[in-house]
Amino acid sequence: MTEVKKLVEKEVLMNGTQAVAHAAMYADVDVVAAYPIRPYTEVMDTISKLIADGELDAEFIVAEGEHGQFETVKHASLAGARTLVGSSGVGWLYGMEAIVVTATDRAPVVAIIGNRALDDPGAYGVEHNDALMVRDVGWLLVWVDTAQEAFDTTLIAYRVAEDQRVLLPLGISMDGGFLTHSEQIVRLPPKELVKNFLPPYNRGKYLVHPDNPITVAPQVNEDWVMEIRRQHEEAMERARGVIVEAYEEFKKVFGRYPGSTNELQMPENPFVEPYMIDDAEVVLIGMGTVSKPMKVAIKNMRRQGYKVGMLRIRWFRPFPTQDVIKYLANSRVVCVVDRDYSMGSPNRGGVVYHEIRSSLYDLDQRPRVINFIGGLGGREITIQDVEKITKIGYEHRDTPITKPVYWVGVRGDPW
Amino acid sequence: MVEKEIEEKVYKSIIKTIKDTPLEEFYTSGHRTCQGCESALVMRFLAKAAGQRTIVIGATGCMYVANTTYYSTSWIVPWVHTQLGGSGAAALGTAAALRALMRKGKIKQEPINVIAFCGDLGCADMGLSGVSNAMTYDYNLLIVLYDNESSANTDIQETSMTPYGAQTSFSRPGKQRRIMKKRWKKSVVPMIIAGHRNIRYAATMTPAYPLDSINKIRKALAIGGPTFIHSLDPCPKGWDYDPRFSHELGVLAAETGLWPLYEYIDGEIVYNEPTKSIVEGRMKRKPVKEYLEKQGRFSHFTEEDIEHVQRMVDEMYDEWEIPGVMPIKSLNVKISDK
Ligand code: SF4
Repeated sequence: MTEVKKLVEKEVLMNGTQAVAHAAMYADVDVVAAYPIRPYTEVMDTISKLIADGELDAEFIVAEGEHGQFETVKHASLAGARTLVGSSGVGWLYGMEAIVVTATDRAPVVAIIGNRALDDPGAYGVEHNDALMVRDVGWLLVWVDTAQEAFDTTLIAYRVAEDQRVLLPLGISMDGGFLTHSEQIVRLPPKELVKNFLPPYNRGKYLVHPDNPITVAPQVNEDWVMEIRRQHEEAMERARGVIVEAYEEFKKVFGRYPGSTNELQMPENPFVEPYMIDDAEVVLIGMGTVSKPMKVAIKNMRRQGYKVGMLRIRWFRPFPTQDVIKYLANSRVVCVVDRDYSMGSPNRGGVVYHEIRSSLYDLDQRPRVINFIGGLGGREITIQDVEKITKIGYEHRDTPITKPVYWVGVRGDPW
Repeated sequence: MVEKEIEEKVYKSIIKTIKDTPLEEFYTSGHRTCQGCESALVMRFLAKAAGQRTIVIGATGCMYVANTTYYSTSWIVPWVHTQLGGSGAAALGTAAALRALMRKGKIKQEPINVIAFCGDLGCADMGLSGVSNAMTYDYNLLIVLYDNESSANTDIQETSMTPYGAQTSFSRPGKQRRIMKKRWKKSVVPMIIAGHRNIRYAATMTPAYPLDSINKIRKALAIGGPTFIHSLDPCPKGWDYDPRFSHELGVLAAETGLWPLYEYIDGEIVYNEPTKSIVEGRMKRKPVKEYLEKQGRFSHFTEEDIEHVQRMVDEMYDEWEIPGVMPIKSLNVKISDK
């Protein structure tokens, strides 16, 4: 059994990207492929320094572009190396072909996505459409909202992605600027304990090595693609159980819940973070750091008598359908805040909005769902914005929805 | 010191006669390449030359589509697909993984060959930056460009490797403009050797010269570091000739001077096979006409077209600073005279 010795955690001030880099060092990654694009780049800046200082023993490849960057780690991973990669915005899209086959080749690459708006026009700020581009192609996707959660989730990421029942790539998304570049206190666990949590990467019979002369990704055409896609989908489904196991094991090994710096506020669901939700009539939904203004606004609104709560979506793939149902079934109105958009989609709404609506569809008594598109390109979603969202939600507790989608704070729009 | 080391490595890797080549095949039956496909022969040579302790990576192209049908792969050594433009990065990733895992004691320490191959579309066009990047590192990897002068698996479209004037489904002689492929073929090996100071071996080959080809692959792997080979592969489907002439066309490409055979070893150019005799003046180049007229893709050529190609080839040998290799002429100006 794992033995929590009298090893103390270290408290260090670091931002989200540095937290991921340190976790990758703890995970003893073997091959890292870098290519710069803001705001994810600092992960690689940090890794480079860790290697230079002798803290991490890994091959550090500077690719010629994101396509090469992702091909590099895909093949390193197929040959048995634990890998780290990442990107942002249009860089992530430039690598998209390689990114898709990383999933279909079942390479458990871990990538950090420092969410950034897609060009044109250029913007460095957060928008979630970059990461969401892989929502349908078999990547595991998780959004974190603190540097602590970024660190802990990175360790969990390797464990989940490399599990033989899963073998899928995993993207850790974090809000550009708001998390990639804001420093917070991170509790680093004693390095010795990581071994107890994270087994070595073992590709088993899928390892590319002369001792195991397999052919990877041959042409199959119509004969086999259906079966292969189904296996892929089943692995995605199995990941649910593996994620739960990983969070429980994390708690056992490190003595605290992943993402928590404080044992008093230990959340107990890996997939979503509920906040003041038990008696909430209106529930706000978002991913990433929008949870911060939401929490503050909720406290304010509660003082004014509004029964409002929050459900932060942490894991986006696999999507936590059952958890969404569990936490939302008794609410009256759900206000989904999307830091993304899906142009021309039903109701012209956001991506998360549609996932939530779809999850709730089979309920006999469905809450009403309103969508708020906001914070695009890095614009702030303020506490006042959240209060306004709550009020709009509140107005629809008993009245049908007149306007399904609002854009938050667009110039010239009444907001 | 360096010379000695190279000499030793080269000497050890060389196979003296075709009878001395290993009997084992690591690229074998099960493929669906066209009859007379010379690229298939390149695959066979590279697997044979490299042997069992090898990982082969193949970019999308004829040799992917025709060779790795599910359940009937022709590869005995591990083989992995990479995307069309991915061969450089895939080779880097594999080599980096092997180095890290061996250094960290996660797998057994031993030499393992990493070979990535790509067609002209994948290597010389979209994948060129990745190949170039791979050539700047010091990992042991070999990238083979198998050049059938078209995008062959999508039914013969023009690439930057398609020779001047050739018909493809992207470059058709029409009523108004008879010849559409007006670009001259890119010279990839000179680009690689001129631009990547750390590489110690690069070569051109064509499978019409089997021993030369096998030895070039062996030398590349023996010398190590990033290495590059560009192979001209006659393709009956794309070039439009009877499959039994594949070998003959490879020979003619070399003998007319259109496809110079040479290797770059640690800063020096060495000519091989007929190209050696041509450059040393012991053999006259055959007229390019003999090569062009045997292929349907040049059937629309007029005398002027043939003359144009001949002129360009003559220039390669008579005017270039390094005959057939570098398109550079020396200025007849002494620096001190300026
Ligand atoms: S089209 Fe050409 S290169 Fe492709 S398999 Fe046929 S002969 Fe070989």
